[in-house]
Amino acid sequence: MSAGAVRVRLSVNGESHEIEVEPRTLLVHALRDSIGLTGTNVGCDTSSCGACTILVDGRSAKSCTMLAVQAEGSEIVTIEGLAATSDGDGLHPMQEAFHECHGLQCGYCTPGMILASVSLVDEYPDLDDKKVREGLEGNLCRCTGYHNIVRAVLTAAGKEA
Amino acid sequence: MAVTEDTTNAGGIGARMLRKEDGKLVTGESKFIDDIHVPGELWMGMVRSTMAHARITSIDTSAAASMPGVHSVLTGAQLADMDLWAAPLPCAWPVTDDMANPPHWPVVPEVVHHVGDIVAVVLADSRYQAADAVEQVIVEYESLPAVASIEQAIADTNLAHTDLSTNKAYTWAIAPDPEGTQAAFDAAAHKVSCRFVQQRLIPAAMEPRGVLAVPSPMGGDITLYSATQVPHILKVMMAATTGIPENMIRVVAPSVGGGFGAKLNINPDESLALVLAHRLGRAVRWTETRSEAAGSTHQGRGQIQHVELASDANGKLTAIRVKIDADMGAYMMLITPGTPLLGSFLYHGVYETPKFSFTCEGWFTNRTPTDAYRGAGRPEASYAIERAMDMLSYEVGIDPIEIRRRNYINGGEPFEMWENPAGIFFDSGHYTPTLDRALEMADVAGLRAEQQARRDAGSSKQLGIGLCTYVEICGLAPSRALGGLKYAAGGWEHSTVRLLPTGKVEVVSGSTPHGQGHETSWSQIIATKMGISPDDVTVLHSDTAKSPLGLDTYGSRSLAVGGVAISMAADKVIEKARLIAAHQFEAAPEDVEFTDGSFSVAGSPSKSVHIQELGFAAFSAHDLPDGMEPNLQEQVSFDPPNFAFPFGTHVAVVEVDEDTGGVELIGYFAVDDCGNQVNPMIVEGQVHGGVVQGAAQALYEIAVYDDDANITNPSLMDYLVPSAAEMPSIVTDSTCTPSTTNPLGVKGVGEAGTIGSAAAVINAVVDALRPHGITDMKMPATPMRVRRAIEAANGGAS
Ligand code: FES
Ligand code: FES
Repeated sequence: MSAGAVRVRLSVNGESHEIEVEPRTLLVHALRDSIGLTGTNVGCDTSSCGACTILVDGRSAKSCTMLAVQAEGSEIVTIEGLAATSDGDGLHPMQEAFHECHGLQCGYCTPGMILASVSLVDEYPDLDDKKVREGLEGNLCRCTGYHNIVRAVLTAAGKEA
Repeated sequence: MAVTEDTTNAGGIGARMLRKEDGKLVTGESKFIDDIHVPGELWMGMVRSTMAHARITSIDTSAAASMPGVHSVLTGAQLADMDLWAAPLPCAWPVTDDMANPPHWPVVPEVVHHVGDIVAVVLADSRYQAADAVEQVIVEYESLPAVASIEQAIADTNLAHTDLSTNKAYTWAIAPDPEGTQAAFDAAAHKVSCRFVQQRLIPAAMEPRGVLAVPSPMGGDITLYSATQVPHILKVMMAATTGIPENMIRVVAPSVGGGFGAKLNINPDESLALVLAHRLGRAVRWTETRSEAAGSTHQGRGQIQHVELASDANGKLTAIRVKIDADMGAYMMLITPGTPLLGSFLYHGVYETPKFSFTCEGWFTNRTPTDAYRGAGRPEASYAIERAMDMLSYEVGIDPIEIRRRNYINGGEPFEMWENPAGIFFDSGHYTPTLDRALEMADVAGLRAEQQARRDAGSSKQLGIGLCTYVEICGLAPSRALGGLKYAAGGWEHSTVRLLPTGKVEVVSGSTPHGQGHETSWSQIIATKMGISPDDVTVLHSDTAKSPLGLDTYGSRSLAVGGVAISMAADKVIEKARLIAAHQFEAAPEDVEFTDGSFSVAGSPSKSVHIQELGFAAFSAHDLPDGMEPNLQEQVSFDPPNFAFPFGTHVAVVEVDEDTGGVELIGYFAVDDCGNQVNPMIVEGQVHGGVVQGAAQALYEIAVYDDDANITNPSLMDYLVPSAAEMPSIVTDSTCTPSTTNPLGVKGVGEAGTIGSAAAVINAVVDALRPHGITDMKMPATPMRVRRAIEAANGGAS
């Protein structure tokens, strides 16, 4: 173990990992650089964009706002592991809805947007257009103008007219 | 022929086919630049100038160089001595013969010209170590007076480049008849004179830029991965500026997370990674941080526009005179000087005017360079004319809708090949239907009644309805026209279509997607052309080893130039396959018909073969017509004969809170005409995204510089890219006026939303405030600005 490094044990997408990181390492960098799961993206350095959103113990969190050491003992789901959390052997319904509704263009915001949406649908059973828009306020997309993202979330939530 | 939505062929032209790209992107399988790693790679960290204009007096790299994991720290002076570059970074568009173009080196040797200019580069083993070492480099400067705004540049008191005698970079004009134009103004019944400011914008693609250069020390070749829109242009420019032979450079654009113009440049970091990797024999990489981007990636807009309209008593235009002062920033990057001119032909919008004159002066400032940003010159033009038309309608005393109808080209009736006053030909247009449809969708009559009711009731929440009927120029571009404009490259696009032995198809595309869905749309074109399933088509792109020829993706050009090249190459494959089929049928080629993918001989139903079955015959070459080359692979470089001119009408509806000055965009209606559509779902998506980017300029976004030319809001905390919460649903529809420029009848739609929306939104804000006598509102229309305008209009005490 290199000088100053600390050991962190966490579960990612159902697999346990034990990694060595500097104490200051951001969780997003631990996921990307130490564990090699590059589906979680980085879009800013001020916790503003939500590209790095993951699920930590079932709730969405911006993985650039957490240190890796804070995830000790947590169960994390990243975009790579989302499909496996749903029944069936295909995509998660939220991934499917983004595809069906053309809720992505370049796809860079998409992993974070999908995971934030999964958590949103989980927390709020009575979503409508306005609530989805407010609920996704922390996730920026430069491509879609949000119209089809909102449709996708409502579709996955079974609320699309 | 107008193509309506195709519901029979689920994957052909006109179908709302779901995207092939999505699977990888919704699962994290896609590889963006920061996801790609090679063993032994070194991370670059940039030491960037914190001063806008200064002479470097010393750089102390000793502390940084001795830090753990640091390989080396190189200053601009040291790099200059290493003889790494054959030429400064390129400007491909010297718009006039006498344009000033001060050298732009990847790392400055002596004098910095904007905050963010690179003064030294660190190479280290990791991302964090490079960042740590950057912090430890101590740079001392002797400050020089900075040029912090266009107004300061024009004053010429301070010089942005002390070895130039003026801040003016160039003057460019189309003024066919200045005296006649003046006479029209002298005789006009109505005139308006407007000054608009196109604030600087940060493009803010969600994926920051990044680069990875991987050398082959023994082979001598080098691969440059870059989050770029322009791998082909990058390859040529890297060869020209580094001296590394072009045939030794391969450029790959991996998955690219949005561009909007910001990724079409030739950047210091790309050049640095390439030459350092080549020299050191080790892979070198860099990923931009978001806050760094304000100084490391070009910005958009940055203009002061003076627009004058003259009309007769009925509001019919008699002359338009435009003068632009455009902020180049500190250097001429790839198309910095030409960007404002891309709008030059459009300042009359969709309106006929007998007299027209346009002048643009380019000015250096000590700010981040400007260059193309979604729309590049056209949103500025459409904003100017569409705002000015509203102001003329107030002056004449008629409705903004009516003044537009009175001035539409060809009276609003359909036309083809209309010559504009600057001498270019609009391919086709039919403007009234988009207006009528947008008014109907938005229920403008109902909104007007509601607006009046709120006014009568003295409500503090006033309604505003704003209109924009835009036209844009895309399908860039006829190479000769670009030559005439002094642009260094051509405007063609290349494609190869190959039918493989097993009947599958590979399409090689010179266009380079970064969110536009080319793999899907190009497959649809092949599906319709060749009568095969789009699932049997693979599109190869964004890698100069797979797609050696191309001019890439910008300016809404991909479909109207690249898509057409694909369609034409498919035609050539079909023609060759017809000869093989005829040979097999022992029939004359002219008797062989091609329908739904099958060749057959009229009158002999037994003789039929599907084109996919001919792949193996062409490959085995056992029995081809005499003299025919094996294989079914054809290529086309399509150079369009003309531009294409999409158009449309947008209606924005805002609610203005007169107490707080807050503006809420509560409705948006867009009717666009981009000619024939390959995939209406993708078209709508482009419109949605574009509309929000333009509305963001109208309401939220501005790169703010202080008096010392420091940017004060570089991060996404302070630079307000809107979220879903600020934006409404967008109602879209389209009309179809096919282009006459290309055989697919397509025009382009990547920028249309942005070109229409800023003017529509500001027109709506001003419309809400008309009872106060307010006639204009600066962008972004922040609560502070709106509130102050109301106070000023009411004598300072509202
Ligand atoms: S990268 Fe985490 S919020 Fe932007
Ligand atoms: S799809 Fe490109 S940023 Fe959202």
